Amino acid sequence: MRVLRPNPVAWVLPAASLLASVLLWQLLASARPHLGLIDFANAPSPREVLDAGWTLLQSPKLLFHLGHSLWRVFAGFAAAAVAGIALGLAIGRFGWARGTLLPPLEVLRPIPAVAWIPLSVLLFPSSEVSMMFITFIGALFPILLATVHGVEGVDARLVASARSLGARRWRVFAEVIVPGAAPAIVTGLAIGMGTCWFCLVTAEMISGQFGIGYYTWESYTLQNYPNIVVGMLLIGVLGMGSSALIRALGRLAMPWQGAAR
Amino acid sequence: MNAPLPLVATAGRIALDRVSIRVGHGPDAFAAVEEVTLDIAPGEFVCLLGPSGCGKSTLLGALAGHLAPSAGTLRVDGADVAGPSPERGLVFQHHTLFPWRRVIDNVAFGLKMRGEPRAARHAAARELLALVGLDGFAQRYPSQLSGGMQQRVEIARVLLGQPRVLLMDEPFGALDALTRLKMQQLLLDVWSRFGTTVVFVTHDIDEALFLADRILVMSPRPGRIVEDLRLPFARPRDAALSTTADFAALKRHCLALLHHDAPAQPLPRLTPLGAPDVHALQFAI
Repeated sequence: MRVLRPNPVAWVLPAASLLASVLLWQLLASARPHLGLIDFANAPSPREVLDAGWTLLQSPKLLFHLGHSLWRVFAGFAAAAVAGIALGLAIGRFGWARGTLLPPLEVLRPIPAVAWIPLSVLLFPSSEVSMMFITFIGALFPILLATVHGVEGVDARLVASARSLGARRWRVFAEVIVPGAAPAIVTGLAIGMGTCWFCLVTAEMISGQFGIGYYTWESYTLQNYPNIVVGMLLIGVLGMGSSALIRALGRLAMPWQGAAR
Repeated sequence: MNAPLPLVATAGRIALDRVSIRVGHGPDAFAAVEEVTLDIAPGEFVCLLGPSGCGKSTLLGALAGHLAPSAGTLRVDGADVAGPSPERGLVFQHHTLFPWRRVIDNVAFGLKMRGEPRAARHAAARELLALVGLDGFAQRYPSQLSGGMQQRVEIARVLLGQPRVLLMDEPFGALDALTRLKMQQLLLDVWSRFGTTVVFVTHDIDEALFLADRILVMSPRPGRIVEDLRLPFARPRDAALSTTADFAALKRHCLALLHHDAPAQPLPRLTPLGAPDVHALQFAI
């Protein structure tokens, strides 16, 4: 394996690559070529996107859309985290829970969250709650799966030692199973956070009235083409940022993980 | 370290009466231990010596209460062994410290389970850490220690429960030769202070001869006791013991016993928790 040495100019290559990409974009947007399969006639240029972004940054609309999206993601994600971790711990640890809870979940799991949109619009009178439900469904399965795997991955010898040291059933659960599964759970939460944003944006495009996904779609229908790209970039930044936040919180909660010799 | 104190143990008598143990499930189940009958006196240091896979670890797992015998009775101080207990401390070949707990909290875990307040259990844990020579490492995480130190913490953790019986499954098998010698000395020193009964599983003849009062030699699977050997060596012992003529003679004797019974192919190692791979993932999603 090649060893990556710390390089004083390590940022040069990535920065040049990013700059080249923006230049290519500028080139395509200004030349507006029609390439058969793909047509750049209406593609906004980087400059237009930057201006649109600057305008949005100064307008109260930004906080308004962001606030709605963040609240929906938070609500759906929090519900999915609670349900996914609780169900995952039970399914991973107890035979009766596996037997009763797993079959229906296995039937639902392959259905993409987006496919739930029509039904959830019917089920929930409030479109707000139906969008939260979609983000919930999207995050639930990654979190549930990671938790079950985490519980199953706990070393049986650790459980045996805890019992030899006098821990009873529930103490074993709290002292060994939960912390043993914690690293896997954090990974599941970070993945779930990503799918949360993916599902939310889709749901907002279909049934939303506010929110960053709705803003992106509205920009298309109102022919504010630069704003489409602004919306896309914002979604990317929010998704990346919230996943990074989950991982940072995970590191704080698990100080032993980074402990090296 | 100080000279060992004369100690007369009163608890820790082990009595096995025709104990057989089957491990594995369904068609894969097999007899790992067959009709073992033996008595171990309080405070005795006994080594179970035998080839890999002969069922010595299985026997240890049954003593610890992690495996139930399929036949026979297994008693410690007259009471049937029913499930694991801090009175029968178990040390595995690889440490089982909780990676998420600092050394001090690992050692104090048993006291926490008993509901001792934090200050009291930390004080007790510190005392034992000092005894195994790890005073300065209380705040480390297990991953920050060497293999030998991890096993010392493991031993300290088990000793804090004041066990009547200390069960050890090749506890130094994964350590380098020099560390292993130091750990053997440390164990004898600790044992001379606590006076608990020790059942020590090993396939290393030198180790068994150096440590034990008594060696029980086991046959390959299904494990039976083929020889009950009392060692005449005085205590305290030191490394020079292994160069004496008596030691060499007994070593030859043990080698002959193990060779005589050796199976054509080495068997997979068993663990105190049953057959290897019984914990294979069976996740359907």
